Amino acid sequence: MKVLMTEYLRIDLEKETWECRVCNHKVGSAKKSYKEGMLVYNRDPRDIHPPIIDPEKYRFTFSPDPEWVRILEYYCPKCGTQVETEYAIPGHPPLYDMEVDLDALKAQWSTREEVHEPVKGPEVVLGAGHGSH
Amino acid sequence: MSESIMPSVAKTPSAEEIALIKKFLSDTTLFLGPDPEIMRRHDLMPRSEDEEAAINEVNDVHITAKIRDRVQAGCDEGYEMVEAMGAAPGAKWGDVITGVYTASGDLAIASAGGVLIFSTLVHHPIKFIIKNWMNDPSVGVREGDGFIHNDSRYGNVHNTDQSMILPIFWEGKLVCWVASTVHEGENGAIEPGGMPSMAETSFDEGLKMSPFRVVENYEIKRDILTFLQNSVREPKLQYEDMKVKLYACLRIKQRVEETLKTDGPQALIATLRMSMENVRAEVVRRIKEWPDMTSRTYIIQDSTLRENCVVKINCQLTKTGDRLIFDFRGSSPEFTNRATNTVLAGLKGMIAQMFLCYVWPDLPRGQAAFAPIEVITDPHSIVDCSYEAPNSQSLMSIFTGFTAAQHAVAKFLYSCPEKYTKVHAPTFNMINTFIWGGVSQHGETLGNLCADLNGMGHGARSDMDGEPALAPIFATMADIGEQELNEEEVPFLQLVSKKMTKDAIAPGKYRGGQGYTMMVATKDSEQWGFMTVCQGAKIPPMQGLFGGYSCGAYPLCKVKGVDVYDVLLNEPDKFKHSIAEIMNEQPFEDASYTTHHMGMGFEISKRGEMFMISQGAGAGYGDLLERDPHAVIKDIEEGLISEGVAEKLYKVKFDHNTLAINHEATKALRDKERKDRISRGVPFDKFIKTWNMPKPPSHLQYFGCWGDDVSTLYVGSPDITRDANKPKPNYMRHPKDVRIDELEARLVALGAMGDEKK
Repeated sequence: MKVLMTEYLRIDLEKETWECRVCNHKVGSAKKSYKEGMLVYNRDPRDIHPPIIDPEKYRFTFSPDPEWVRILEYYCPKCGTQVETEYAIPGHPPLYDMEVDLDALKAQWSTREEVHEPVKGPEVVLGAGHGSH
Repeated sequence: MSESIMPSVAKTPSAEEIALIKKFLSDTTLFLGPDPEIMRRHDLMPRSEDEEAAINEVNDVHITAKIRDRVQAGCDEGYEMVEAMGAAPGAKWGDVITGVYTASGDLAIASAGGVLIFSTLVHHPIKFIIKNWMNDPSVGVREGDGFIHNDSRYGNVHNTDQSMILPIFWEGKLVCWVASTVHEGENGAIEPGGMPSMAETSFDEGLKMSPFRVVENYEIKRDILTFLQNSVREPKLQYEDMKVKLYACLRIKQRVEETLKTDGPQALIATLRMSMENVRAEVVRRIKEWPDMTSRTYIIQDSTLRENCVVKINCQLTKTGDRLIFDFRGSSPEFTNRATNTVLAGLKGMIAQMFLCYVWPDLPRGQAAFAPIEVITDPHSIVDCSYEAPNSQSLMSIFTGFTAAQHAVAKFLYSCPEKYTKVHAPTFNMINTFIWGGVSQHGETLGNLCADLNGMGHGARSDMDGEPALAPIFATMADIGEQELNEEEVPFLQLVSKKMTKDAIAPGKYRGGQGYTMMVATKDSEQWGFMTVCQGAKIPPMQGLFGGYSCGAYPLCKVKGVDVYDVLLNEPDKFKHSIAEIMNEQPFEDASYTTHHMGMGFEISKRGEMFMISQGAGAGYGDLLERDPHAVIKDIEEGLISEGVAEKLYKVKFDHNTLAINHEATKALRDKERKDRISRGVPFDKFIKTWNMPKPPSHLQYFGCWGDDVSTLYVGSPDITRDANKPKPNYMRHPKDVRIDELEARLVALGAMGDEKK
């Protein structure tokens, strides 16, 4: 059975591995951080959040300060999908953001049907709320 | 106390002696400050004997459902009264809550609308009244009484919020409490508007009302009222809103008494208790459905509102079985002389708000929804500050704490087969608005803020974009007000308002909801000024989700040496409608154009000088290369993003005249970008060898833990640390002193200090 853990990652409970949901690449052991199987790029935040006012004239420009924060981009090494981002203080060790208790996950899903498509959650339906009746 | 001076064999006191000691301490307490026994507990009080008896007597769910609906309707009625009649801008846009509390003080049923953070805060002052005033012969709690409260250290967000609390008696016996809370704004602090960023001690923060009686026989005591009015800048507002809150409480009381008449007190007591216990049990059940996991995240505050620095909000969220534990250890130490600290109850309230608004919005509003969830913090940290620390800008820490919680929770929710909302990226979390004060065009002394703080952009969801300028994170149902109406009362105009700030984006497969531009300029008063109280001019205050990006940074821009009203009158074509045009083109000759971080202390403004800011964008969700090219074009058409930025980021090829998409070229661009990622990305183990540093960078004034070691907190420098469990003062120097030192050092280096004596 496979459990959909994020937009781009699932866990194969039998093989105990993280997998890329886009290209099926085996990312690595589910007992470790999926990030260990990713490619990382140290992004200058000004690339993503371009200055709106002239950086030649002004100290603050609507761009984050690249000496204060960087964006770590994590890519699937096979398909290049950007699986996660992390706004990080320069030099701060990357976070182990999803440390899964694999045995508990197996036990939990032993009583559930496998879910192949992500459950999106309820829609907000116009007219179904307060004051509609 | 040192162990060396303890007796070698300590006698264990008997139960009788313990009772005597407790009575002695109670009788001789010199000051009834905030009580840790009350303030650190957010779970429900134990079931009382009265509640037990009531539940045994009334266990028909149809009766309790009927009473709950009636009480809920009463709370909503009270809420609408406050919203319609309240004088405070906060009341008008819904910064309000009303509720019915059990006899023990727990909030059982709250108004459906309003600011739900109050739902886990107002029980603290009620419990203080119960513990300290109920049996005190000099105070007491009687029918017809009303108690007022605002001091956050006794249970509140910040001291702008004032509560009116009434006990409800039935045949001489206390059966429940009703309360109404409003963000009043002005409270007599050192800056107008009630949320001073310049406060360096708690004594700079204005009114400090521990819970006390201000109403007798349902009438406001005029002597105390006059004292309160005399302590604030808006005496009329103080009076009017005390009356409004009192009468809202009386209306709820009336509705409660109607149920007491028809169904009796036992049915009401059973309903209030079971409403809470059922919600609590449901929350535990829902937590069990989450995967057992630990998620880690951190959010950075990039200023104290006085100076830029790096202040970490560290969050580790662990779910094990039916336990959910937020661990904020490792967050920054508290600032001894800065106002951005929060009391622990404020942080908890904001996380409760997150669950009620963004995770389980179907649950009845009340204290129970957060009751079983645990929170761990370091003592005297920025999210659990001491009694002495100022906290008038606690919003900075409770909002970034909210975002850390929201980011961590999203990673649990994705795999859950049963969802109550869509998984979504963090919502923008700063109150990007203008606080204002001074003397109005009508000669009134005023101090409050623009409701634009409610226009925060929302986070993208798992299958759709975030909504621009939707609602504040502290209330999903709140209004941004009518600017034209405000302008009848205040001496400034918003020359540009509600216009989306182009390219201030949070990209992703689904983008965050965007923020809008505000430009204000004073008119018709020589005694008027503004302040801004936000972080995020250097570091975004959020994280993106599942490959999406956070928002960018948001500065304050000023244009001085111009009267823009003269420009509009005489040379209107010079006026521009975007910050980018005004700052880049500098259309007003001889004016000065400057940028600043968003912590502007109260500043008197001259007629026609411009202050310009933008509301923020919620975070993006997913890989931006998966964004539908049509959605990118729609964003261009709606003025959210420029063509160049859209092309560069989203790798969409289109005709600049017709905006027709070239799908083939777009696919080729995106395929190439994925290949480029693979070639430029570095394997994780290799990356961390050069990236990871053992300490914070020396060029940043850094506060909080570094990496996973939460036992050591850095205090402004890689060389100054504190044991997380051993509080120490953390003073910041006055920013002007720092600047003077910098400038003097330059003079010394130039040999220009002359013979100035030291």
